Amino acid sequence: MSATLPKARRVRRLSTPDKVVLGVMVGVPTLIQLVLVWIPTLLSILLSFSRWNGLTLSDIRPAGTANYDFVFKDSPAFWPAVQHNLLWLGFLALIATPLGLLLAVLLDQQIRGSKIYQSIFFVPVMLSLALVGIIWQLFYQKDNGLLNFLLGTAGTPQAVDWFGDSSVNIWAAMVAATWRHAGYVMILYLAGLKGVDASLKEAAALDGANAVQTFFRVVFPAMRPVNIVIVVITIIESLRAFDVVYVINKGTNGLELISALVIQYLVGEGQSIGIGSAFAVILLVISLVPITVYLGRTFGKEGKA
Amino acid sequence: MAPHGDRSTTGIGSARIDRRTLLKSMGVGAAGLAGIPLLAACTGGSGPSGSASASTSLTFGSGSSDDVPKAAYKAVTDAFTKKTNIAVATNVVPHNDFQNKIATYLQGSPDDTFTWFAGYRMQYYAGKGLLAPVDDVWEKIGSNFSGAMKKASTGPDGKMYFVPNYNYPWGFFYRKSLWAEKGYAAPKTFDELKTLCAKMKTDGLIPIEFADKDGWPAMGTFDYLNMRLNGYQFHMDLTAHKESWDQKKVSDVFDTWRALLPFQNPAALGMTWQDAAISLGAKKSGMYLLGSFVTQQFTDAATLADIDFFPFPEIAMEGQDAVEAPIDGLLLSKKGGDNQAARDFMAFLGSADGQNAYAAVDASNIATVKGADTSKFSALNKKCADTIANAKSISQFFDRDALPAMANNVMIPALQGFVKDGTIDVKNLESQAKALYAAQ
Repeated sequence: MSATLPKARRVRRLSTPDKVVLGVMVGVPTLIQLVLVWIPTLLSILLSFSRWNGLTLSDIRPAGTANYDFVFKDSPAFWPAVQHNLLWLGFLALIATPLGLLLAVLLDQQIRGSKIYQSIFFVPVMLSLALVGIIWQLFYQKDNGLLNFLLGTAGTPQAVDWFGDSSVNIWAAMVAATWRHAGYVMILYLAGLKGVDASLKEAAALDGANAVQTFFRVVFPAMRPVNIVIVVITIIESLRAFDVVYVINKGTNGLELISALVIQYLVGEGQSIGIGSAFAVILLVISLVPITVYLGRTFGKEGKA
Repeated sequence: MAPHGDRSTTGIGSARIDRRTLLKSMGVGAAGLAGIPLLAACTGGSGPSGSASASTSLTFGSGSSDDVPKAAYKAVTDAFTKKTNIAVATNVVPHNDFQNKIATYLQGSPDDTFTWFAGYRMQYYAGKGLLAPVDDVWEKIGSNFSGAMKKASTGPDGKMYFVPNYNYPWGFFYRKSLWAEKGYAAPKTFDELKTLCAKMKTDGLIPIEFADKDGWPAMGTFDYLNMRLNGYQFHMDLTAHKESWDQKKVSDVFDTWRALLPFQNPAALGMTWQDAAISLGAKKSGMYLLGSFVTQQFTDAATLADIDFFPFPEIAMEGQDAVEAPIDGLLLSKKGGDNQAARDFMAFLGSADGQNAYAAVDASNIATVKGADTSKFSALNKKCADTIANAKSISQFFDRDALPAMANNVMIPALQGFVKDGTIDVKNLESQAKALYAAQ
C-alpha cells in the first residue's frame, strides 16, 4: 500500500487546470504548426502532381509527373535558377560570412567608436531585402547611379548597366545581399566573441600563441555553437534569396532563382498552380538537406551528452 | 497610368508597389506552399457585399488606381448618379493587386461591375462562368459601337460580356521637330524602315528606342511583326494556341526582327518604358514603338505638341490593316448580374455621355463610342482615333490575347533572351505552351 500511495499522489499533482494549461500549450502550437506548415506542405506536394488553374476545386485534374517533366525539361529558367542559388550560397559562404566575421573581430577590439560602427553595419539587417534592393538601385543605376559616376562612366556608352546586363546583374544583386548578410553575421559573432572565456585567450598567450593562432586555434573553435547557427543561416539565406531580385526585375534576365519561379507560377493572373507547386516542392526537398544535417547534429550531440 | 502602366511604373515606385502586392498575395496564406484554396474566400472581400438586387445602388470595382484615371471614373459615376439618382459605391484597388487577385476576387464577393480588359483575358473568365452576359445592355448601346468593338466584347459562347470604354493604338512615336530637322519621312514599308534606321544610326541617334526591363513592351514588336508577316488571324490563333509555335511562320518573325535588333537601344533590358520615353523626348533616339500612353511622360506642353506617330510599316500581308489597340472597359460579375442598376451603369458608360465624362478628365486615351466629343482632341488624339477607326482588325496586345501564364512566364523571359543575343528556341516555346495551355 505504502508503495503505491506516492505514485498515485504524483499523478494527482496534475490538477485539472494544469491539464488544461498543458493541453493548450501543447495543442495550440501543434495546431498552428499543422495548419500553417504541414497541411500546406502536403497540399503543395499533392498539387504538384495535378493541373489546376486556381479557380474552382473541381478544375483540379491529375497530371502525373507532367509538372516535373516541365520543370526539368521544358522550363528554360530552372537550371539557371539552380546555378544562381548555388552561386548565391557560395558567395555568401565565401565572401559575406567571412566579411561579417572580420567585422566582428575588428569591432571586438575595444576600438574607439566601436558602438557606432556596430550600429552602422547593423542597420541594413533591420531593413527588408526589398528596401535593400531599392537602395542599391540608386547606387547601380546606369546613367545617374553613384557607381558609374565614381567609375567616371556615367552617361557615356561605356557605362555598365549593373542591373540590366545579365552577365553582371547577379553579382550586383549578391553584393547588395552581402551588405545585409555581413551585418547579421557580425552581430551573431560579436555575441559569440563576448561569450568566449577570456582565460582561454590568456592561456593561449602564455603558451606563446600569436594573435592569429589564438583566434583560429582557440577562439574560433570555442564558438562552435555560433558557427553552426551561422552555417545554417547562410544556407537558408541563399535558398530564400528572393526579395532583391524580385525588386530588380522579378527574377528574369540573368536573375532567375528558384524562389522567384515559385512566385511567378503561383501568384497572379499567370498562375499555373501545378507547375508552381512542383517548383515549391523542389525547393522544399533542397532545403530539407541542410535542415536534416543540422537537426541530426544537434540531436545527435544531445543524445550523446 | 491607365493603359499598360499596370506593370510598369518607374523604378522605385514600382518596387514599392510590387513589394506590397507581393506581401498581400503572400498573405493569401503561404501561397508559396499552395494554401490558396483554403483561404481563397478571405481575399476576395475587397468590395462590400450585399444589396445585390436592390436597384437603387450598385458597387463598382476599379483597378484604375492612378490619379488621373481614378478621377476620370469618379466623374463618370458622378454623372451617372446625377442622371439616374442611383448611388454608386466605388472600390478602388491598386492595379497590380486588382489584376493579380482577379480570380479570387471573382469567386469571392466581387463588385457588381468592375474594370477589365477585352480579349482572352475577358473571355477566359466568361468561359468559366464567372461573369454575367450583358446582351440586353448591348441592345441599347450596340449602335454606338463599330463591328470591331462588338467582336472584341463577345465571349466564347457568342454572348456579349464587355462594354468598351477607351482604347489606345500602338505605333512608332517620334518628335516632329527632330524629323523635320534631319529630313526623315515616315516609312511605309519594312525596307524603308530599315533604310531610315541606318540613316539615323549614321546621324548618331539610337534609331529605335526600346525598353524591356519589365518584359511586356517587347511583345508589341513581336505582335506587329507577326501580324504584318502572317496576318491578324494567325496572331489570334497563335495566342489561342491553335497554331504551333514550332513552325516556320514563327521563326520568320524572329528572323525579321533580327534585322532590327542592331537599331534598337542596346540598353533596353535595364530600362523601363518611362526611361525610354525620356530618351525619346530628349531627342537621343529617333522613334519609339509603344502605345499612345507614352505621351503621359511628356508633361511639358511644347514637347507634347511635338509628338507624332506613324503606324507599323507593312511587310508581307494585309498592308497596315491590323492595329494593336488594347481596349479597357467594364464587365458585369455573376453576382452583379441580378442588379439592374449595374446594367444601367454599364449602358451609361457605353453611351457618348458616359465616355465624354471620362475623357474630359483623362485625355490620354481614345473614347470608343461613336459620336463621342472630339472637339477637345489634339492633333495626335485625332490621328490615334482615325488609325483605330480605319483599322480592319484590332488586336489586344499579346498579354491580353494570350493565356496570362504564357505571356508572363514564357514570353517575357524568351523575348528578353532574344533581345539580349538574338537567340530563340521555338521548339521550347511550343513545349512550354503545350504544358501551360493544357493546365487550364
